[in-house]
This record gives sequence, C-alpha cells and structure tokens, in this order.
Amino acid sequence: MLSSLARSLTSSSVRTSVRGLHRSTVKCSDTLQVHRDSKENNIDTPFTFTPENMKRADAILSIYPDGHKKAAVIPLLDLAQRQVGTWLPITAMHEVARLLHMPRMRVYEVATFYTMFMRNPVGKYHIQVCTTTPCWLRGSDDVMAAIHTKLGLTPGHTTPDGMFTLSEVECLGACVNAPMMQINDDYYEDLSTDDTNEILDTLAAGKKPKAGPRSGRFAAEPAGGLTSLTEPPPGPGFKIQEGL
Amino acid sequence: MVTTTTTTTAPEKIEVFIDDQPVMVEPGTTVLQAAAQAGVEIPRFCYHERLSVAGNCRMCLVEVEKSVKPVAACAMPVMKGWRVKTNSDMTRKAREGVMEFLLINHPLDCPICDQGGECDLQDQSMTFGTDRSRFLDQKRAVEDKNIGPLIKTIMTRCIHCTRCVRFGSEVAGVEDLGTTGRGSDMQIGTYVEKMFTSELSGNVIDLCPVGALTSKPYAFTARPWEIRRTDSVDVMDAVGSNIVVNHRTGEVLRILPKTNEEINEEWLSDKSRFACDGLKRQRLVQPMVKGTDGELQPCQWEDALVVAAKALKAANGSVAAIIGGLADGESLMALKDMVNQLGGEDLCTEEVLADAGTGTDLRSSYLLNTTIAGVEEADLVVFVGTNPRFEAPLFNARVRKAWLYNELDAAMIGPDVNLTYDCEHLGNDSAVIGQLLDGTHPFCQRLSAAKRPMIVVGSTVYSQPDLLAQLMQLAQKVRSGCEEGGEWRVLNILQRQASQVAALDLGYTPGVAAIRENPPKVLFLLGADEGTISRDDLPKDTLVIYQGHHGDVGANMADVVLPGAAYTEKPGTYVNMEGRAQQAVQALTPPGQARHDWKIIRALSEIVDVQLPYDNLKELRTRMEQVAPNLTRYGHVEEANYFAQATTLAKLVSDKGTGSVIDVPQKQLADFYMTNAITRASPTMAKCIVAVKKEAANKFVDPK
Repeated sequence: MLSSLARSLTSSSVRTSVRGLHRSTVKCSDTLQVHRDSKENNIDTPFTFTPENMKRADAILSIYPDGHKKAAVIPLLDLAQRQVGTWLPITAMHEVARLLHMPRMRVYEVATFYTMFMRNPVGKYHIQVCTTTPCWLRGSDDVMAAIHTKLGLTPGHTTPDGMFTLSEVECLGACVNAPMMQINDDYYEDLSTDDTNEILDTLAAGKKPKAGPRSGRFAAEPAGGLTSLTEPPPGPGFKIQEGL
Repeated sequence: MVTTTTTTTAPEKIEVFIDDQPVMVEPGTTVLQAAAQAGVEIPRFCYHERLSVAGNCRMCLVEVEKSVKPVAACAMPVMKGWRVKTNSDMTRKAREGVMEFLLINHPLDCPICDQGGECDLQDQSMTFGTDRSRFLDQKRAVEDKNIGPLIKTIMTRCIHCTRCVRFGSEVAGVEDLGTTGRGSDMQIGTYVEKMFTSELSGNVIDLCPVGALTSKPYAFTARPWEIRRTDSVDVMDAVGSNIVVNHRTGEVLRILPKTNEEINEEWLSDKSRFACDGLKRQRLVQPMVKGTDGELQPCQWEDALVVAAKALKAANGSVAAIIGGLADGESLMALKDMVNQLGGEDLCTEEVLADAGTGTDLRSSYLLNTTIAGVEEADLVVFVGTNPRFEAPLFNARVRKAWLYNELDAAMIGPDVNLTYDCEHLGNDSAVIGQLLDGTHPFCQRLSAAKRPMIVVGSTVYSQPDLLAQLMQLAQKVRSGCEEGGEWRVLNILQRQASQVAALDLGYTPGVAAIRENPPKVLFLLGADEGTISRDDLPKDTLVIYQGHHGDVGANMADVVLPGAAYTEKPGTYVNMEGRAQQAVQALTPPGQARHDWKIIRALSEIVDVQLPYDNLKELRTRMEQVAPNLTRYGHVEEANYFAQATTLAKLVSDKGTGSVIDVPQKQLADFYMTNAITRASPTMAKCIVAVKKEAANKFVDPK
C-alpha cells in the first residue's frame, strides 16, 4: 500500500504537478552573526589602544558633540581593526564600548551590520574579488581561478601561512574597471590572469604592488583612448562676440 | 470666556477622517492612534503603545487619500483633513503582501508552537493574509539562543519586530538583546552567550507577537483555549500587581499580568509570573499535631482544632499572633478578633516598622503616599535604604519610565546598587540624613530646588526610629517648599509584604519585639515563615499553632499545623503599598484538606467559645469595614494626610537606632527570587538563582 503510494507520488506525471519545495539554496553571507569563542578570538584576547591610537581616538571623539559621542563607534571600530591589522577581536569591541559608555550589545550591532568589520581573523592580505555581473562578464571567473590555482583558496578560506584570505563579494563600485579585486585598502582593476598572478607574487614577496587599473589607462578613462575633450580647453573669451 | 485660558494653552485639534468617519485628534497623533480613537483597529506587530515606535514590520500600512503609496500608520502623524482608508483595496493588498513576506521565513510549526492560539501572526494571517504562498525557495533558519531559565527561544520564528529589544532598553533597562547582522542574516539575539538578566524579563514573552520567545516553565503545558482564567491580585510584593491566573484541572499553569494603569501598567515581575509552580510543592494538605515523639503527625481537622482550642483556652489570655507577608485581610480580621476576645493583645507582623512618634496610628507614616503612578509627576526621588528594583520591581519600572521621559532625577542613600537608571549615590552613612535635615549636605540645594520631590524610605530604615523620625521631618521640610504647597506628598514608605498595609490598617503591631519581651503561652503563626521568632525565643511550654499553606520555617516549629489556602485559592483582600485595597479572587480550591484561612479561624473560635460574629464573607467584610473602612473600597486609594502632626510627634523621638550604615537586604538579582514561602518552594525560582549566580562569572556581561 505504502510502496504503491510512494511509487505513484514519484512518477513523473505527479512530480511535475507537485510544487517543488526547495529550488535554490539560500544565499547567506559566509560569516556568522553570533560570536563563537575561538583560539584567536575570545574574551581573553588582549586588546588596548596604543598610545598613538588613543590620541587618534581622542581626536575622533572631539568631532562629536557631548551627548552624541556614540556616533564615534564606527571610526573607533575601524581604528581598532586597523590597529590589530585586518580584523576586529571581540575585546576590541568591548574596549570601544567602554570608551563610549555604550552597552556592549549596541557595539556588536554596529560591528555585525557593517561587512567591512571582520569579526574573525583573516589573513594579512584580504582579497575581495567582485563577482557581480559587470565583473563576471569581464572575466572575474578567471581571476578567481587564478587565485585558486596559485594559492589553492576557495572563498571564505585562508592560506595555512595566514597570508591570504579570499572573499567573494558583491559590487565594489568599480564596474568601469571590471574585473577588479580589493586587497586590504587598495583596488586592483582591469585584471587579467597574469595581472592577478603578478599581484599575488609581489605580495608574497613582501612588496606592495601598484594599485589601480592594470590596462595602462588612467583611472576610469575610456579603454580605447579619449574620444572627446582631446584638445586643451579654450581659454577665457572663447566665442565671445567681438564687439564685446 | 472661562475656557479661553485652556484653549489657548492646548494645541488646536485637527480633524481627520478614518473610513469617512470624522475624528478630532491632537496634532502629532499617529494614524494608528487616530484610528483607535475612531474605534478602528489597525493590525500591527512591531508597534506597542508602551514602547518607542520602530515602524519595521509594515503590517500597519493603510491607504491615505491622495497619497501614492500606503503609509505606515504607527509612525505617520496625521495631517489636517486626511482621509484614511483602513479597508480599501490598496490597504488590503498591502497587508496581504506584508503578511506574505513575513511568512516567507516563518516556519509552519504552529501545531508544536506554544504561542498557537494566542499568536498575533496566526490571527492576523488568518484575517489579513492570503491562503497561499508564492515562495518556493528554502526558508532561513536561525539558531536558538540560551537567554536564561525563564525564556525559551525559537529564533527561526522571529519576525524581527524588535519589541523585546526595545523592552530591554526602554523598560527593563537591560541592554542585553539586540539585532545582529543585516538583510536576511539579521537576527535578534545577544551576539555572545549571555542571559537576559532582568527582574522583568518575563514580559518579553507577552510582548513577542509570535512564538519566538515563549515561557520555558510553561512549555508544552496547555493551549490557551483549554485554560480557565481568573483575574486576581499578586502577593509576591506589596505592589499589588493585577494578574490573570491561568488554571486548569485544579492547578495553576501560569500567571499573566492584567493591565492596570495605576499599578503595574501591563508588566509583571518575574517572581510574580513564574513562582506559581511553588504553589504545587511543599504544600500543607492536612492538619497535623505534634505527637509524643515530637514529630508532627497527620490527623483530622477535629483533632487538630480541639488540640489548638484546648491550648488557647488554657492559655488564659496569654495568646499572641504573628502574621506573615502573604496573609489576606479577611484572615487578619478574624485572627485579630479571636485573639482579642481571648484576651491577647500582642498581634504582630513579621515586617518591622519603627515607631517614629506616631507608630502606625497615622496611615501616612506607612504608605507610599505619592502613589505608584504619581511617580511620573515627580522630579526628584531620593531612596533611603531600599532597593526598589528588587523590593518592588514594577514601582522601579515606573521610576525608570519617569527618569527616561520626564527627566526625573534619582538619588540613593544606602549601598550603591544598580537600579537600571542613573542614580546619584549619597553614601551609605546614616549621618547623611541628619546632614540633609540640618541643611549642611550639598544635596540639600537639589532637594529644595525640586518642585515635586519624593523621599522613598525602605525596610532598612524602618527598624531605626531616629532615622525614620529624621526622614519624616526632612520630608515635611522639603514639602513646605514644594510647588503645590500642601498637596504634593513627599514621604513615601516602600513596603515589601503584601499583607503589611492591611495588617497595620487593622491594628496589628509591626515587629515581634512585644512577643520577645512577653512570650505567650500560645503563639499563633498565620503564614509567618521568615523566622523572626524561633523556638529559642519562647519558653518550652509555649504551644505554637501554625496556619498557612507551605511547609516552611513556621510549620517546622509548630505543635499544631492548620493547612490554609494560598492566594490563588481564596477570596481575599490585599492592600498594596499605596493604600489601595484590592480583591483577590479564588481561582482554585485549596488542595487536600486545606481550607480558607478565615474559615479555619472562625471554626476554631467556636471551639474556644469565642464565636466570631460572622458566618460568611459578606458579614466578615462588613466587620472589616467597621474596623478599617478603606479595606473594602476595592480599587480605590485611600489617601492619608497627617504629615504635619506626624512630624511634630517625630520630633519627640529620642530612641537611637543601631548601626550607622544603611544597607539593603536585596542587592543582587540572585537575592530577588526567593523572598517568601511560595517562592522558596518554586523550582523555577531555584533555577533562576542558579542561572544568575552562574551568569555572574560570565565575562561577556557588561561591567557595571
């Protein structure tokens, strides 16, 4: 009885008429929105602002009027993240909460909302490859493949030596220079497989590769050279009636 | 012309139309409130009238004529002449759309959800939603959080209304909950493993419109439609919160708050809400008499009453009584009448209150004269030797509300405890009171500048006559400088026990000193379980009769035990700390052979030959009315107003109190949960204490 029911349900005629319950996987970010104690990131992870950064923190705080000091939470978290290197330990959030007299939960809320706060350790170089449509059309898959071949990295992972972390991200706003990737604070644009390899090699050698477009053009100039504004602009008095 | 003064000050009302029905509303009223005035209820999830407006659920979208898009009624103030359509096609479509989105990630687990039957999401999806979903992808899942032994979380059900987050930060003053992540990753939680440590935490269960936060002790117990509900009064503290006792087949399943704007608004403290499982444990269910072996032996009512009556008769007037914090007005009256008729005069309450000149003759000397709701009008409150957060959590919630919205300032003489709001700590030295009185303390300026100050005196100071007398004088001094002259009341006594005000109204003496000095031959304990008198204080031949509902300290030292009824099992009168008489209603029958307390005393009186002249509740209440008329004016605050006389008498007090340090007994949350026989018998309260103590070691908790 049961087996015949099962058979009838799995027959193709029935299957097409039964609504599929799961058709695609859920797209969620690869970070957790809760804290998990780890070896590197736990309540005993040491963090205090260095004296120089404390000066910076005071400078940041002085921008905001009394009663609105909490507005400094984002710049202070950024400062903390920069001090640690590339990520933000939970104790750094606590330190910011203490400085601003905020409940810790309110700082967690900010730190989890903004994706540029890395709440778990990442490598020395955090590679963020844009795979949104323009970059994808212009070959971001090649860039990803190059990184995978070179470093053996898939998105969300770090190399064993702790040098590189790869993230697949949505549009970083450099579509004119697609494909592109961001490594720490710098944009590397107009990438090819070779460019990617060269950038990674340079970084691995401890040097800093040149940021910006790799195609030789300046910033977001047209790829085939200028098509307008090719002459120097005319000076004052241009096309003014002679009588004047 | 008389009205011109009021019309010039009050802003002009504006007219709006709700479904073509004209309503005059104050400027700044939201569409939702205007609709409520017109009697139209707009569905909502995130909006709650006692919390700030969030406007994130979008369920309250309504059409406004000439507006292209529907507007969120909870957040949009009405403009003059607006025509709001709460049942138009656009409105209905908007609601249906919002409902569909809300249900996208909501699990279809209503059959196993505790909220089923009282779920806003369920009700509103039936009323406003569509009967099918177009969502074919995978639903999202969120891991459950462990936020303590009271609140069960099933976070996948959460619709992100943020009511619990707002309750935590606005009402409870505990910012443990928040939203983490963004977009479809957003979730409500604590981010780190942390307990929601608040004495009001249970209220988020009521606030949650879905089944994300449900009651852990009540989990999988009953469905709302199987439950019988009885409106009653809480006795865990002297606030007198209004409650709804939910019961079925003779047991209390849970206790919910009942809205009373004057007292608890719609909140309830965790002790009042969750201690009800203590009513099923450690109960005295049959009379007992101490046998020759010194052990209490169960017996019949006749035997126990006869043993008690013989002793009472033989005592020849040397009879005294101590009443505990849970006794109802009826049994207090009956006990007082019986003991007085037997010739006993020492009728004491366990809770002390020092005699500052007037004793308890003037009601103003033992009431919270400003009233609980009156706190919202005050501009300065000074706590002396009390921790209102744990002694009267809902009073503290009012103070916090006033601190938050009315710029009330708070100060504290006593230990530096966390009251959930900023409180200036004036030190714990009792000399501060004297300095305030003679004007040498820097805080005096603040006190005299205040228009409506309050001085809230707590239990620690009760026991010291000189301090109480000084405070009475201070209050009167401050009062003369108040805005309203004689109308504003400054002196407030914060009582801790539900029975205390009724007992003092009926003429009981606070404190058991009289019994210590003059030990009686028969001591009658009516629910006295705090151990204020022990066997060592009494002569060997004293017979102790204990009448009460729990086998606790009192029953332990008794020779005769008469099983009484708990507050859910008897009709009773309780007077709260502000002097408001309220009626508790019988929800259940007392277990086993236990009986209503006043009936036991009435039966005993007949055997002792001092038959009490009332045979039913009505006659008994008539007698109560003769002694203290306010006891039967239910719901009404009987005011007291003899401050000047009390102050004059207070000046005569010369007794020196003991100790110069003002302390409070309940400092930490762990001290809050067990304060009477019912809570001591409650496993839930025990779990709370364990959890809170464990939480103290959690390094993720915000430092104070």
